Amino acid sequence: MGILTWTYIIVGLTFALYIGIAIWSRAGSTKEFYVAGGGVSPLANGMATAADWMSAASFISMAGLISFMGYDGSVYLMGWTGGYVLLALLLAPYLRKFGKFTVPDFVGDRYYSRTARLVAVICAIFISFTYVAGQMRGVGIVFSRFLEVEIETGVIIGMVIVLFYAVLGGMKGITYTQVAQFCVLIFAYMVPAVFISIMLTGNPIPQLGLGSELNDGTYLLDKLDGMLTELGFAAYTDGSKATIDVFFITAALMVGTAGLPHVIVRFFTVPKVKDARMSAGYALVFIAILYTTAPAVGAFGMYNMLNTTSNQPIASMPQWVGNWGKTGLITVTDKNADGIIQYVKNADQNELAIDKDIMVLANPEIARLPNWVIALVAAGGLAAALSTAAGLLLVISTSISHDLLKNSFMPGISEKSELIAARIAATAAVVVAGYFGIYPPGFVAEVVAFAFGLAAASFFPVIIMGIFSKTMNKQGAIWGMVTGLAFTLAYISYFKFVNPAANVPENWWFNISPEGIGTLGMVLNFIVSFLISKMTPPPPAHVQDLVEDIRIPRGAVASTGAH
Amino acid sequence: MENNKGRMQEYWKRNVRILFILLALWFIVSFVFGILLVDELNAIRLGGYKLGFWFAQQGSIYSFVIIIFVYVWLMNKLDREFDVHED
Repeated sequence: MGILTWTYIIVGLTFALYIGIAIWSRAGSTKEFYVAGGGVSPLANGMATAADWMSAASFISMAGLISFMGYDGSVYLMGWTGGYVLLALLLAPYLRKFGKFTVPDFVGDRYYSRTARLVAVICAIFISFTYVAGQMRGVGIVFSRFLEVEIETGVIIGMVIVLFYAVLGGMKGITYTQVAQFCVLIFAYMVPAVFISIMLTGNPIPQLGLGSELNDGTYLLDKLDGMLTELGFAAYTDGSKATIDVFFITAALMVGTAGLPHVIVRFFTVPKVKDARMSAGYALVFIAILYTTAPAVGAFGMYNMLNTTSNQPIASMPQWVGNWGKTGLITVTDKNADGIIQYVKNADQNELAIDKDIMVLANPEIARLPNWVIALVAAGGLAAALSTAAGLLLVISTSISHDLLKNSFMPGISEKSELIAARIAATAAVVVAGYFGIYPPGFVAEVVAFAFGLAAASFFPVIIMGIFSKTMNKQGAIWGMVTGLAFTLAYISYFKFVNPAANVPENWWFNISPEGIGTLGMVLNFIVSFLISKMTPPPPAHVQDLVEDIRIPRGAVASTGAH
Repeated sequence: MENNKGRMQEYWKRNVRILFILLALWFIVSFVFGILLVDELNAIRLGGYKLGFWFAQQGSIYSFVIIIFVYVWLMNKLDREFDVHED
């Protein structure tokens, strides 16, 4: 059977599964809609968190980025996993003990202020929209190649599916859908990785294959270093970013991970404080399976790509070059008209342009794996993108119906109306996300990196200080959030949108790229909060009692909406 | 009640000490081994891996997983010792 037939079968089966789960687990109350009723087991929550977390960027873009960045790609690996240590140790148990529905809930109660709650709502909505745009784009890319439709059509199909189960099921629906999606995506990621590892190194475990020898007896990584330096690139294991930039980007991604509202909210769904700690551990195990495989996939992909294209005649290009050429994601231009592809660092002589996003998607084709594996990868990419998109849409709809309507503007709203409002908000959010997917503000992983910078600079400090400092007050928290957010946003926008031509290391502050600036935004947030809180009155006694209370695990109640 | 408050402060102090130690390990395996000392460690080899590169792309992640499970274990023990566990 051809790739297209296999894709229809496998993608169709997984979609039927997700929709089935959504119908079976539809939400009947706001508590089910917001936190899945609060009774999810730590293991299931770990899997759901992993799927929620691993997005189109992790599944599709990350290995590709690593394969072109080599050592520099480590920022994503360490950054996106190291954040779970912060989550498990500094946030999850305390937020679970607090026991409400959302991050703005915590910020609003802890800082006894409607303004603080509103600032937090704006941050949450802003971060989630930035992030969800990347997911919808990812869905579009996968569809356009594998179902041979326009990217726009692909985005719309994705919107309809997400709409169905996020709106119907709320958190309860997406939790169990995400468990299924995790299984699909991890299987889809591992199968080609294992095949390719065996073909290149004879070792079935990709994590070990990466450090193994090729058929000719040289180590894979040494061989890659040699091939790349010969073509004028930096050695694979060295990278070319400044150390300070690597440091700042890694920190921004870690802290950002710990500050992402759609990840934090997952820890509200388990029954006990100790379950919140444990489920962060499970989540990282499930994430680590993919994240330790990605560097192997990246290196294998680069090696295969160089072997099959570099210095090969254009006339005898493999099938996959043509397939992906149709999507415009690969272009070959024979600049010196010698009929042979030169892939080199020098931009004037380089004849092969490859979009980094296709490395994972095209990898099975590059390695000539059977058609069903290729279709499986398509289903995995869709699972990754859809699960994250659903989690984000839920944050957006909860922010609007719970934080804005119920807790700020219409406190008298009935449970039933609140649930309807949540569903309407989710629908509207899908439409906006779809628009951003069709007219994206940048390519997938880059957009996602912004969300992290913003989460790092706004949420993380305000939550940490809320738990670890009894004297942090509302003035400090609000000004800290505003400063962190405004600074980070201004720096990123300047280099990405206002004056992209200036986006080179010479113009950056202290050599810090826009991707890493969230770390500095976070530091500013901490400093401003501290200074302002010293100049203004301390928080009232009941808030100080609240802080003491969330530090003690005993007495955690199921998440309720009571105030 | 006063006594209980003192005990809870002691619990929190022990909790924060655990956090400091584990976060120091978190910092060392990623920022120190994977970034700041990467060139020095790359002189050492682990099969086909240079050690600094291994920490950056594999070792730090395995360490993170271990750190969280050690945290869960230590905290469950601490909760029981101070009788604040939930079951």
